[in-house]
Amino acid sequence: MFAYIIRRLLYALPILLGVNLITFALFFVVNTPDDMARMQLGIKRVTPEAIQKWKAERGYDQPLIWNAEAKGPAKLTATVFFNKSMRMFIGDFGRADDGRDIAREIANRAGPSLAIALPTFILGLFAAITLALLLVFFRATRLDFYGVVLCVAMMSISGLFYIIGGQWLVSKVWHWVPISGYAEGLTAAKFIVLPVVIGVIGGLGASARWYRTIFLEEITRDYVRTARAKGVSEMAVLFRHVLRNALIPILTGVVVVIPALFMGSLLTESFFGIPGLGSYTIEAINAQDFAVVRAMVFIGSVLYIAGLLATDISYTLADPRVRLQ
Amino acid sequence: MMALPFQIVVLWSDALLFVLLAAIVGLGLWARTQPALRLAWRRVTADAVAMVSATILAAFVLTGVLDSLHYRARLDAQPGQTDTRQHYAVEVNSALDALLAPLRLHVEKTYSAPLATHLFAKEALPGSEVRGFPRLVWGGAHLDERLDAQAVDVARRIAFGLVGGLLGWLVVSWLMRFVQKVGTPRALPAGRDGDTARKPPVARKAMMFTLLVLFLLAGVTIALGSGYHVLGTDKVGQDVLYLSLKSIRTGLLIGTLTTLVMLPVAVFLGILAGYMGGWIDDLIQYLYTTLNSIPGVLLIAAAVLMMQVVIDTHPDWFSTAAERADARLLALCLILGMTSWTGLARLLRGETLKLRELEFVQAAHAFGVGNLAIMRRHILPNLMHIVLIALVMDFSGLVLAEAVLSYVGVGVDPSTISFGTMINAARMELAREPMVWWSLAAAFSFMFVLVLAANLFTDALRDAFDPRATK
Repeated sequence: MFAYIIRRLLYALPILLGVNLITFALFFVVNTPDDMARMQLGIKRVTPEAIQKWKAERGYDQPLIWNAEAKGPAKLTATVFFNKSMRMFIGDFGRADDGRDIAREIANRAGPSLAIALPTFILGLFAAITLALLLVFFRATRLDFYGVVLCVAMMSISGLFYIIGGQWLVSKVWHWVPISGYAEGLTAAKFIVLPVVIGVIGGLGASARWYRTIFLEEITRDYVRTARAKGVSEMAVLFRHVLRNALIPILTGVVVVIPALFMGSLLTESFFGIPGLGSYTIEAINAQDFAVVRAMVFIGSVLYIAGLLATDISYTLADPRVRLQ
Repeated sequence: MMALPFQIVVLWSDALLFVLLAAIVGLGLWARTQPALRLAWRRVTADAVAMVSATILAAFVLTGVLDSLHYRARLDAQPGQTDTRQHYAVEVNSALDALLAPLRLHVEKTYSAPLATHLFAKEALPGSEVRGFPRLVWGGAHLDERLDAQAVDVARRIAFGLVGGLLGWLVVSWLMRFVQKVGTPRALPAGRDGDTARKPPVARKAMMFTLLVLFLLAGVTIALGSGYHVLGTDKVGQDVLYLSLKSIRTGLLIGTLTTLVMLPVAVFLGILAGYMGGWIDDLIQYLYTTLNSIPGVLLIAAAVLMMQVVIDTHPDWFSTAAERADARLLALCLILGMTSWTGLARLLRGETLKLRELEFVQAAHAFGVGNLAIMRRHILPNLMHIVLIALVMDFSGLVLAEAVLSYVGVGVDPSTISFGTMINAARMELAREPMVWWSLAAAFSFMFVLVLAANLFTDALRDAFDPRATK
């Protein structure tokens, strides 16, 4: 398995290189640095000197991908691609437009993001699986039918509505928790509760319905009939046999998002004023801070690839028959 | 030659939408000739929930299509004008705009609640010292000073609307019955047509009931809308009902064109990877794994930011503001498609891997049929149900995504009316006391009905077409 992990990690390198090439193409080839400078400086102040200064400040004044004037390996390294894209592999993300170090900012903001995303993920998973198992337990009854209708209705509601409606009801009408904000330490709890609850409810419909179809597929299998025939109770059948055998399809969809929890949720964080990575990204998008957006794209890809690897490893834990070679 | 009173404008998105509609009609006619497909569609039409949602979807599509017939009105010749050329207004309007002209033109000063007669905010009234709520220019204007008669007036209008809606429904249902009687050939003797005997009944009752509800709603809305702002007005005094109806087109376009523009790529690459194998498979897999590993929102954000720069630096590409907004909408569809085709391609690759080993493909090989012909003639038709399901499955997600993206600031052009821009504009007023709730409520309700209908219809389609589903 160790060799397998090493090979997968090596396989990740060309993918990350591809991601870098795509973002590089988006940011520097579709629009030249001159275009970006012109847009950021505004129409009034555009002089060739100002553009040169803007580019020099950000290190965009080098050739894009091949420096013909430099000597030796510097032909490749003294370029925008190497300095802006390749250096991300060693964790050097450069500076944001406000002069702060992006890597440090990310380290500071991962905590609050995780404080929201992790409870949302765990509680959401728990709630969805429980609801799905209940629906399966009452399958082919009215309860099941209305449960599924409820799930479809819940997944048809915009995520924005859950957030806006929840904030209005809980914070404005009932005054239970503050509308938005964040604090360090234990006082953070009152700020975390509402986003987590809203996140769980918002995701419940789609995931519960998805798990229900997975469980229903399992429940027609022979081993379930055998278990029932030898007198195992329906509850035990569901929790001991069906749930464990349905783990593989569930893991496929679930494990891959775990590393990405660091990134936080764009919407939740910006609505609730959480100083996490999600709101950082939104601020960067609105301020058109390309360096930050680029860094977040890179980190997101790394986390996704880590999630794919974690999925494969989780298979071996869930199902002893799976061997990674 | 007699000049039309308007000049027809076909925006790119209009053209694509009409192509899509033509394709759907064509596919429908073709499906009628295929017994297996006809059976599957029978299963859909027999499902009450599916027909209810299909009826609602049809109403949305009708609104969207009306909103896609664009024109520029002719300007009357100016007195001092010397040339005889016709001049047309810069503003591009649609057939829906023309139908809703009263709603579009009855602009108030700022917010007003649904059915209100006064503005929502206090201001200094002309000719008096007291600050008060000024009268609306249009909302309830026919009441003059008899404001106490408003309740009676509203009730009377609702009654009229209900009666009108009922009459409209009766006419339409009679017309439908008439068309059906003329359209269907005389009944074949039992047993001649193989599947008439097992033909499940069409869920006509559910459909007609939905139509009735829609007609009653429309009747009431029209009756009330001629005198009031049924859903209130927004910050700059535009009628919220008008905005909601206009948003439908944007939602439909994003939901359908996105999948459509990337469909050829996804189908081609998916089949190619699965069928050819080897280094082609590796390359295509690498391509979509790479694209997939970039977080969707971020890739969209990055691409939209760049597109904005391109559009901003080339103002000379577009002659009207409508064209620019349209280009941005299409670009958004392309960008959304860029991130979402990977899933379909992966699915098709997997299915092709299975199909490739089947006997009929082997036989075609043995007969010396070329690779491209095998992919087109033998593999593609067997994947069409996956493509169809993917097309409708993506729809509801995309409609919801549009609202979120517009909120993040990487959605449609701010001048394009959409659910996202409506929500975004209304969000600022949440802190107000008392709350301005009607724009939000309108946008969310329209979106909910649209997405719910699409989701329910998709479920029915999947049940009918998915060969794995056993019922």
